[in-house]
Amino acid sequence: MRSKRFGLALAAALALAAGNAAAKDTLTLGVGLEPPHLDPTAGAAAAIDEIVYANLFEGLTRIDKNGAVQPGLAASWTISDDRLTYTFTLRDGVSFHDGAGFDASDVKFSLDRARAEDSTNAQKGLFAAIASVEAPDARTVVVTLKQPEGNFLWNMGWGDAVIVDPASAETNKTDPVGTGPFKLTRWTKGDSVVLSRQDAYWGEKPALKTVTFKFIPDASAQVAALLAGDVDAMPNIGAPETLAQFDADPRYEVVVGTTEGETLLVLNQRRDLFKDPKVRRAIAHAVDRQAIVDGAMFGFGTPIGSHFAPHNPAHVDLTGVAPHDPAKAKALLAEAGHATGLKLVMKLPPPSYARRGGEIIAAQLRAVGIETELVNVEWGQWLSDVFKGDHDFDLTIVSHTEPLDIGIYARPDYYFGYQSDAFNAVMDEIRDTADEEKRKILYQKAQRILADDTANVFLFQLAKTGVRAAKLEGMWENAPIQANDVTGVHWR
Amino acid sequence: MLSYLAHRAFNLAAALVAASLLVFVVLSVLPGDPAEIMLGVGATPESLAALRAELGLNTSAFIRYFDWIGGVLHADFGQSMTYGVPVAELVLERLQVTVPLAVIAFLMAVAVALPFGVFAAVNRNRPGDYLVMGFSQLGLAVPNFWFGILLILLFAVQLHWFQAGGFAPWEDGWGPALKSLLLPAIALALSEAAILSRVVRSATLDVYREDYVRTARAKGLSNTAVLFRHVLRNMLLPVVTIMGLQFAFLIAGAVVVENVFYLPGLGRLILQAIFQRDLVVVQNVILLLAALVVIVNFIVDIAYALIDPRPHGEAHR
Repeated sequence: MRSKRFGLALAAALALAAGNAAAKDTLTLGVGLEPPHLDPTAGAAAAIDEIVYANLFEGLTRIDKNGAVQPGLAASWTISDDRLTYTFTLRDGVSFHDGAGFDASDVKFSLDRARAEDSTNAQKGLFAAIASVEAPDARTVVVTLKQPEGNFLWNMGWGDAVIVDPASAETNKTDPVGTGPFKLTRWTKGDSVVLSRQDAYWGEKPALKTVTFKFIPDASAQVAALLAGDVDAMPNIGAPETLAQFDADPRYEVVVGTTEGETLLVLNQRRDLFKDPKVRRAIAHAVDRQAIVDGAMFGFGTPIGSHFAPHNPAHVDLTGVAPHDPAKAKALLAEAGHATGLKLVMKLPPPSYARRGGEIIAAQLRAVGIETELVNVEWGQWLSDVFKGDHDFDLTIVSHTEPLDIGIYARPDYYFGYQSDAFNAVMDEIRDTADEEKRKILYQKAQRILADDTANVFLFQLAKTGVRAAKLEGMWENAPIQANDVTGVHWR
Repeated sequence: MLSYLAHRAFNLAAALVAASLLVFVVLSVLPGDPAEIMLGVGATPESLAALRAELGLNTSAFIRYFDWIGGVLHADFGQSMTYGVPVAELVLERLQVTVPLAVIAFLMAVAVALPFGVFAAVNRNRPGDYLVMGFSQLGLAVPNFWFGILLILLFAVQLHWFQAGGFAPWEDGWGPALKSLLLPAIALALSEAAILSRVVRSATLDVYREDYVRTARAKGLSNTAVLFRHVLRNMLLPVVTIMGLQFAFLIAGAVVVENVFYLPGLGRLILQAIFQRDLVVVQNVILLLAALVVIVNFIVDIAYALIDPRPHGEAHR
C-alpha cells in the first residue's frame, strides 16, 4: 500500500516536472446568497441568474461580458423593414440535458409561457411587445411585435427569457434542465450547487469540468474561505475593506468592475414637499457623493449624475449639474420656504450601501438644517411599504440593478412618483428608433432631463469587487447583467 | 394519577394550539409579501396575482390557518413557498447538521468541564483552582462567533488543516462530515464548558460539605476513595439538571456559529425563511421548536410525578 502510494506520488511529481500535467479543470466560486430555486423564468432573485445564466440555460440571444447582444440558440435573425417581424434561424444539434431534442416548438412554448396570463415570470414586461410567436418549421421562429421595440434582441438575452423544454418546465425550480454547457449534478441546500460539463453540448466545450458555487453569506467568512483556499474566487466580495489585503498578496488578483446598479437617494415625489424642484435640488447640493463612496463603500464605486451606467457608450457625465454645495442647498431651501429646517424619514434596506450610506447622508443633510430619522427595514418590508402599498417614506437609498432601466422614470405609477412629459416623449422616441447613433443621442437627452429635474439624487454606480486566484482567467470583470458566466473560465 | 395525566395532556394540547395561533397571527401582520419578494421590482401586477394564487395566498387567513393545522395533524407540513419542496424534507436536511453539531459540542463541553471542575474543587483556593476558574472566566467572556473566527484564522487560513467552513454531506462519508463540524463544535462548546465547569466545581464543593462525606473521611477512607465513591455520584444530580437546560441554549447558539462557518443548519433556514417571508417554513419550524419545549416539560412533569409518590391533587399544586 505504502509503496503504491509512493509510486503514485512519484509519477505525479515527474509529470509536474515534465511540465505536461493536465491543467486544473475544477472551479469553486463563493457567492453571498443562495438562490431560492434554479428556475430563472420564475423568480427575480439575482442569485438564480448568478448560477444558471449561460451556464445551464440559454436564450435566443445572449448578453456577453461587454453587455453586447450575441447569438444564442438563434444562430442568426432577420428583421423586417417595419421592424415588427423577427425571423430567427435556430442552431442545429442542440439538445436539453435530459436528452430531449430542441426545436422551434420549444421556443414558441417558452415565449408563450412567459407572456401568458397566468405567467409568474418576474420580468413579464420583457415580452410585452410580442403579438405572436410562430414556428413554421423546426429551425425557424417568427416573432411578430405589436409595435417596434428597439431593445427586443437585448430583452431576449435576459435570464428570464431562456428557452425551456415543455416536459421539464414545471420542475426546473429544483431540477433545472436547460441547453447550456453545464448541467446540475448536486444541490446541497444551504451549502453548495455543483455543475458538471455537458459533453453533448452544441457549442464550444468549456475548459472546466466541474464548477461548485458555495454559499457564504457572512462577509468575514468569505474572506476566510478565500484565504484558506476553500474557494478559488469570490466574484463579488461582501467586505470591500479587505481588498487591499488581497491586492498585496501575489496569490490573488483583485478585479474591480462595474455593475448595472445605479445607487440612488430616492425622493418620494408623491409628497408635496418633493413636488417642488427647488427642494429636490437643494438635497442634491447637500449630498457629497465622493464622501459616500469613500465612507460607505471604501472608495469603490463611481459617482453618477443621472440614472445611467458609466460603462455604457451612451453615458454622459452629469455629476457637475448638482455638485456638493451646502451653502447653495441652504439658499434653495430658504427660497422654497424651509429656512427653519425640515424633518424627514429615510427608510434603509439591509445592504451596506444603504445602511452605511444612510448615516453619512443624514450627517450631510444635518449640515444644511435637515433632520433625518433613519429607519432600518428588511427587503420584504421595503417592497411592501416603500416600493408598493402606500409608499410610506420621504427618502430611501436603493440600488437599481436591472440593466438599462432608465425607462422606469416613464412609468406613471412607479414608487418615487416622478412625472415628466418631456422625458416620456424621449422614451417613446427611443422605442421607435432603430439607428444606434440616434438612440445614443436620445439616451443622452433622457439622462440630461433626469439630472436637470433632480428626478432623484443620483449617488454612485455600484462596483463589482471581485477577488480571484491569480492563475484563474476568463471571469467577467463587469456585470452588464446578473451572471457568473463560467463558460470561458480556465486555469493558467 | 390518570386524571393528573389527562389534565397535563390537556395543558400540553392547549399550549400547542396557543403557540400555533400566535405564530400564525404574528406572521400574518408582519409586513412583507412572499410573492413580491420572489418576483422583485420588475414584476407586473398580473404575475404577482398569478403567483399569489399559486401559493394559496388569495384565500382567507381563517381557511389558511385550518388548512395548515389540518395538514400538521396528518403529518403534512406543506410546501416551502420559495424552495418549492416539502417543509419536512427541508427541516430534516437541516437537522442533520444542527443536531450533530449541538451533540458534539455538548459532549466536548462535558468532557472538558467534568474533570476540570472536579480538579478545581479538589484544589480549592490553590493555583490549580485559580487557573481553571481563570480560563472559565475567559471562556464566558469570549463570544462564540469571535472564537470561531480565531479558530478559522489559525486552523484553516494559517495551517490549512481544516476548511474555513461549509459542510461535507453525510452521504460522502462520516469522516469529512465530522471534520467539517469539529471547529464549529469547539467554538460552540467553549462557553458551555466554561459555565459547566463552574457548576461542577460548586456542586462538588457542596457535596464535600455534606455530613456523609465527613463520616466517610472519619471512617478513614482516602481522599481518592471519598471522591469516587461518594462525591462524584452525588454531585452529578444538579449538574445533569443544568446540562439539560444547556442543550436548549446549544441549539440557539448554533444559529450564530452556523453563520460564521456557513453551515447549512436549522438556524440559517429559519433566518432565510423569515427574510424571504416563506411563511410555511417559518410557522412550521417555530411550531416544531415550541412543541419540543412543551413536550420536554411534559415529560419532566410526568417524571416528577412518578418519582414523587405524594397525591397530585389541585391543592398540591
